[in-house]
Amino acid sequence: MVPAISVRSLSKRYGSLQALDGVDLQVEQGEFFALLGPNGAGKTTLISVLAGLARPDAGDVRVMGHDVVRDYRSARRALGVVPQELVFDPFFTVRETLRIQSGYFGLRHNDAWIDEIIDRLDLRSKAHANMRALSGGMKRRVLVAQALVHKPPVIILDEPTAGVDVELRQGLWEFVGSLNAAGHTIVLTTHYLEEAETLCGRVAMLKQGRVVALDTTRNLLADVSGLQLQMRLEPDRLPAQFEGRARRDAEGAWVMALGRHAEIADVAVALRAEGVEVKDLRVREPDLEEAFVRIMGRR
Amino acid sequence: MIGFRTLLYKELLRFWKVSFQTIAAPVLTALLYMLVFSHVLESRVEVFPGVSYGAFLIPGLAMMSLLQNAFANTSSSLVQSKVTGNIVFILLPPLSHAEFYWAYVIAAMVRGMLVGAGVFLVTLVTVSVPFPNLLWALAFAMLGGGILGALGLIAGIWADKFDQMAAFQNFVVMPLTFLSGVFYSIHTLPPFWQAVSHLNPIFYMIDGFRYAFFGASDRSPWMSLAIVTGCFTALSFASLQMIRRGYKLRH
Repeated sequence: MVPAISVRSLSKRYGSLQALDGVDLQVEQGEFFALLGPNGAGKTTLISVLAGLARPDAGDVRVMGHDVVRDYRSARRALGVVPQELVFDPFFTVRETLRIQSGYFGLRHNDAWIDEIIDRLDLRSKAHANMRALSGGMKRRVLVAQALVHKPPVIILDEPTAGVDVELRQGLWEFVGSLNAAGHTIVLTTHYLEEAETLCGRVAMLKQGRVVALDTTRNLLADVSGLQLQMRLEPDRLPAQFEGRARRDAEGAWVMALGRHAEIADVAVALRAEGVEVKDLRVREPDLEEAFVRIMGRR
Repeated sequence: MIGFRTLLYKELLRFWKVSFQTIAAPVLTALLYMLVFSHVLESRVEVFPGVSYGAFLIPGLAMMSLLQNAFANTSSSLVQSKVTGNIVFILLPPLSHAEFYWAYVIAAMVRGMLVGAGVFLVTLVTVSVPFPNLLWALAFAMLGGGILGALGLIAGIWADKFDQMAAFQNFVVMPLTFLSGVFYSIHTLPPFWQAVSHLNPIFYMIDGFRYAFFGASDRSPWMSLAIVTGCFTALSFASLQMIRRGYKLRH
């Protein structure tokens, strides 16, 4: 089976900025894949190259086996992209927008499928409304619908939940999840790492145009093993025996790595013996954010 | 072909939805020119023997409006799509370079010809003009609309903001159309300015179009047709190259 997405030695430079620097990546058909990285890491550039919006300087990039430059028509037919920016054409209604988008992909009489996506994305009441009259969340749904008019086997969502309310976010993931279950390959970028953690089987992390981690979500989480104990103390000092093991986090609380839950009792006993009162205490399971911060912190 | 037809339909629907601005307004403007200029100059100017100034003016005005609106259609559509970002909806699908080019240019020709026909019909109320030789008239109308449509496409791809677009329109297209012999025969100009006018491709569009009505022109209509066809071929080639290479569209 050809990979859904195959990227080999991809480089792309904008002026003096090396946006992508030798990226290698392969996404298999049917995967739910996350592309993570801080702002400016190259996520959107990578998506742009896949979508044909940017030209690669070097490397080989394929969607469902079709080269995105030489065989661009087949590659684009296989790909649906939900862009990050909330863009729309103010001249048309929702239904016109979707009909026109179908036509660009060579599809006529696509109304049965358009009706289905309108229903699935809860756009029925707005189908005849002009795009200008829609709220931000509704415009976002239309962008998702536009990416799906041609039933692409590979769907890329570039930060689809940025600035989107909780209800829509959940509805959107439910819908995208069902598309994935139906066999569509999903690639998403997001700043909400918990989304990637719950949804995605595999994760690539980008930093300064390079892939710095590429693994299953499970393996990345296993890398950040153990529990994290976060405490605020009064007075704000730790017993001497813990000093080497603890650090301050960004908010000034003490953070300490533990091997198992039972160690919490030892810490509590030691604090009481020193006469230190615990103002606040939290136990954190390892999450993708932790893995992300660690990997991004490495050189 | 469905992709091309859809893009053409979208471009037609776009201007049709705001037809007061895109068709009715330029027709009214041309009618005002007609009323003012023909009132002032009717008794003083006779350009071709036996042709009144008002009658002389009508084909020129119709053609000028056609050209300006063909340019405005592609240029404003593209620059708006680029500035608002919705150009991405056209760049993501598998549309070929030629589909992209012809959809935009044909839509520009259609708008230009609708405006041109509107100007012609409305101004006929004031002066009578002989029925044109349709072949000559259509040839120059289509080629002229195509040239300015292609020029608008190039300008729309080149411009990054409305300001640059307005500069192109006001400093290039407007002077070229106004100084092309719409309001006068270039034979009335001093030799130097006659020679300069011969460098303006729009002069040949107007002159050839006028020939279709009066059977008289400053230059041979065949020569005008050759020059206009050459311009259209060159601009089409340039536009297709720009789209193919993704100039300012695909980074």
